[in-house]
Amino acid sequence: MKKFSQEHEWIEVNGEEGVVGISSYAIEQLGDITFLELPEIDSEVSAEDSVAFVESVKAASDIYTPVSGRVIEVNEALLGTPELLNQDANENWIYKMIISDESELETLMDEKIYNEYTESL
Amino acid sequence: MENLQRTALYEEQMNIKCKMVSFAGWEMPIQFDGIIAEHGFCRNDAALFDTSHMGEFFFKGNIKTSGINEATSINIDTLKTGKCKYGFLLNEKGGVIDDLIIYRLSIDELMIVVNASRAAVDFKTITSRLKSGSLDDRSKEVSKLDLQGPNSKKILQKYFLDENVNLDDLGFFSFIKTKIFGENCLLSRTGYTGELGFELYIDGKTAVKIWNALLKEGVKPAGLGARDALRLEMGYSLYGNDLNEEITPLEANLSMFVNLNREFVGCQALKKQKEEGLKRVLIPFKTTSRRSARKDFEAFQDDKKIGFVSSAAFSPTLNVGIGLLMVDFETFDENRSFELRDKSNKNRGSIEANKASLPFIKK
Repeated sequence: MKKFSQEHEWIEVNGEEGVVGISSYAIEQLGDITFLELPEIDSEVSAEDSVAFVESVKAASDIYTPVSGRVIEVNEALLGTPELLNQDANENWIYKMIISDESELETLMDEKIYNEYTESL
Repeated sequence: MENLQRTALYEEQMNIKCKMVSFAGWEMPIQFDGIIAEHGFCRNDAALFDTSHMGEFFFKGNIKTSGINEATSINIDTLKTGKCKYGFLLNEKGGVIDDLIIYRLSIDELMIVVNASRAAVDFKTITSRLKSGSLDDRSKEVSKLDLQGPNSKKILQKYFLDENVNLDDLGFFSFIKTKIFGENCLLSRTGYTGELGFELYIDGKTAVKIWNALLKEGVKPAGLGARDALRLEMGYSLYGNDLNEEITPLEANLSMFVNLNREFVGCQALKKQKEEGLKRVLIPFKTTSRRSARKDFEAFQDDKKIGFVSSAAFSPTLNVGIGLLMVDFETFDENRSFELRDKSNKNRGSIEANKASLPFIKK
């Protein structure tokens, strides 16, 4: 099950591992994605840190990590074809991490609450 | 979006997938299907733009004696009826109040097409420079559609079969007065995308009819987002970005549109600037990656500031970032690459770029 941050990242948790991506809502707002910078593997990140960024034809936006931990893998397929995010933002993850503080997950929204949140924006 | 003006096509646009933004006091579509798709459609087929927000003034009077010929940089006196010309409304310092196109409707009649954001100040300025004649702002009653793309002529020709209009005969920056759906239409072979294209000046009801008819033909609507990438790929200037009251046409690298051998407001300042030598000029650049700079990014060589970005976008044709950069001649070395930085977000690092030549894409 995915959980969502106010900054529009999603995280899917499998044990101590988390898979992070950007919400469809955020991608829809950004429009055609043209460039993506990925986080550095092995970097230690703290919740709400800016760890990477995404550029679209219209705008540029930081990607914030929803929880703290260590980055273990990045989706390099997105470097050459960042438009994959426009095709499916839910399937095309950005990076995987080992979560260091599971309690931070509780601060995130489930999908229903997140959808209500984006409707209010 | 409160207090924003809407074009006659607003309802039609809201009935299809469309994203509206506030632009120069108007609620305008920035995109329909997506900026890159719309851009491609204009380059390869035909795209339709609603540009009804632009201003249209009508002048009637003596071109030689009324003051209209000195009001802008455009020499109307030598402009033939049925032709139009691009140029500038300048202040006394040679700064650009607006860029505009003047259409010679007859010996003593003109249509002046201006940017929406500048229409009010343009009208006041031109009026103040007239000794005689009349200037009438009909922006509210005139709608404007731009059909741009290699297939535009073929598609549009279909609507003029009964009128004995052959669009093959219409040269670049020429126009005709004709009828479409029985209503008056001024049709010009102009546009701001670099493609073969036409601009249609009609009333609001006719604009709706044409919009729906062309969409039925398979033409795709395109918004301001695609328009921005298309115009920048050709290196065309955008008012508010590359041109403003502090920038002269010489600095904007547009000296081919000002003839300094005739009198017009701002001419003396431009002559002086030319004699003294330019201190800065707008140059085109390409980034070395898919990263694009944005307006107001700063440019550096060896950590020394060399200028600022006035326009920038991702080029769907070239797959790199492109843009226009105002550089100071004293500090800029054009033979070396430079770094573009976002002063409001240093975390994203700098973008490497090099001087390029115009147009960015060869047509």
